[in-house]
Amino acid sequence: MADYQLDSNAKYARTHEWVRIEDGLAVVGISDAAQDMLSDVVYVELPQEGDEVEAGQEVAVVESVKAAEDVIAPVSGKVVAVNRALEDKPELVNEQPYQAWFFKLEPTAALEEELAQLMSPEEYDRFVDEESH
Amino acid sequence: MQRTRLYATHVAMGARMVDFAGWELPVQYPSGPTAEHHAVRNAAGLFDIDHMGQFELRGPDAEAFLQLVQVYDVAAMQPYDAHYSLLTYADGTIVDDIFLYRLPERWLVVVNAANRAKDLAWLQAHLNGFQVTLDDISDTTYMLALQGPKAEAILQRLTPADLASMPARTARETTLDGVPVLLGRTGYTGEDGFEIYAPDAQAEHLWQRILEAGADDGLLACGLAARDSLRFEACLPLYGHEIDAATNPLEARLGWVIDWGHDFIGREALLKVRLEEPQRLLIGFEMLDRAVPRQGYPIAVDGEVVGHVTTGMKSPTLDKFLGLGYVPRQHSKLGTELEILVRGTPRRARVVRRPFYKPRYKG
Repeated sequence: MADYQLDSNAKYARTHEWVRIEDGLAVVGISDAAQDMLSDVVYVELPQEGDEVEAGQEVAVVESVKAAEDVIAPVSGKVVAVNRALEDKPELVNEQPYQAWFFKLEPTAALEEELAQLMSPEEYDRFVDEESH
Repeated sequence: MQRTRLYATHVAMGARMVDFAGWELPVQYPSGPTAEHHAVRNAAGLFDIDHMGQFELRGPDAEAFLQLVQVYDVAAMQPYDAHYSLLTYADGTIVDDIFLYRLPERWLVVVNAANRAKDLAWLQAHLNGFQVTLDDISDTTYMLALQGPKAEAILQRLTPADLASMPARTARETTLDGVPVLLGRTGYTGEDGFEIYAPDAQAEHLWQRILEAGADDGLLACGLAARDSLRFEACLPLYGHEIDAATNPLEARLGWVIDWGHDFIGREALLKVRLEEPQRLLIGFEMLDRAVPRQGYPIAVDGEVVGHVTTGMKSPTLDKFLGLGYVPRQHSKLGTELEILVRGTPRRARVVRRPFYKPRYKG
């Protein structure tokens, strides 16, 4: 098994985003495994509040010392909040990957169906383990 | 893929290994590249740089041969002097950037890993008529770098040589924890420090002993990522980025390396470039909009692409988004506003003074 931390309340995309449903909103960040693979995060490009996004769409960019990686919406919805703290302290993505959310979405009626496409923490753990071999 | 003798040690230390110029090398240790970078600026860092190539030249014509194949006036070097230089093609473009050591009975030429075979062939192709023996000693000579303001204090614990009396760009033949070594007060980070040439079989011993000697000083093992950000801040060029076979030293702002008073391959072509002035120049820039400039991104002026980024990143020491790149000479003045096309989106930048970080070599 991989040594990465998991959030038992989150579901995971194959592109390494996590999503948690909090107060009816879909809160999105990147996993501990993803931040570790990226190495030190130096910059985060956030979406605009009000943007309508589709599941699978590139919504934000996380840049590390190594490379720029897209952050992809795991579910569809309207961006209702972005985490401005990441603009000044992008290292929060490395330090607290499950607190350092990127954006919150007001989900669409497709939410349950989209969540069902995502991985549970256990499935994601196996996925990371297999992907790293 | 080649591995250095320290490969297993790096893996055991938790390093992340990557392919670099055909070598499997540590890009970072668990402390991470940013912490490693700060360790070198504030304390010290130890690098495995055995992938670099080392050639030894001996014989009565070694000096005359070197005068021909590189741009620096090596006749001005005393024994145990070291100097940065360039190998250039007849058209003035760059074969490689090198470090030269003059030693009592021999010369040492240190080259980039990716260029080792090419450089050796280039030098061999010009040996005709010279009484010189040229040997590639890369596989028997191990190379480590200890860099940072505490490098001298750390290394002094392991050597009888008086390091305080050793200026930058000089060398000593001495011992390090009993191991015979050549120490060069040289390096590639913008800090004071040493490059260590040791017998290959002693690499593990020296690596461990140096780490132990510096454990209380904040010494960290450092990988390629920190090496790149350190050399970038000091604006030290990297072959394949700022310089290559399509670049000449004058546009790369390496004219200071050239001594025009001796004949060398490429001199005529470079004299012409000097007379006509380079049409493009390497510049340093700072992002005005927040974005990370990266190698290959186009540089535009008034919406028209005029050049490209050669290296860019967030500078750990200056905490700014900075880059190096080529632009036409008319856009190279300090303060000139540029646009960097970051994944296609223009982001504002401004030409600033190089180097971003002023090197702190010991005089």
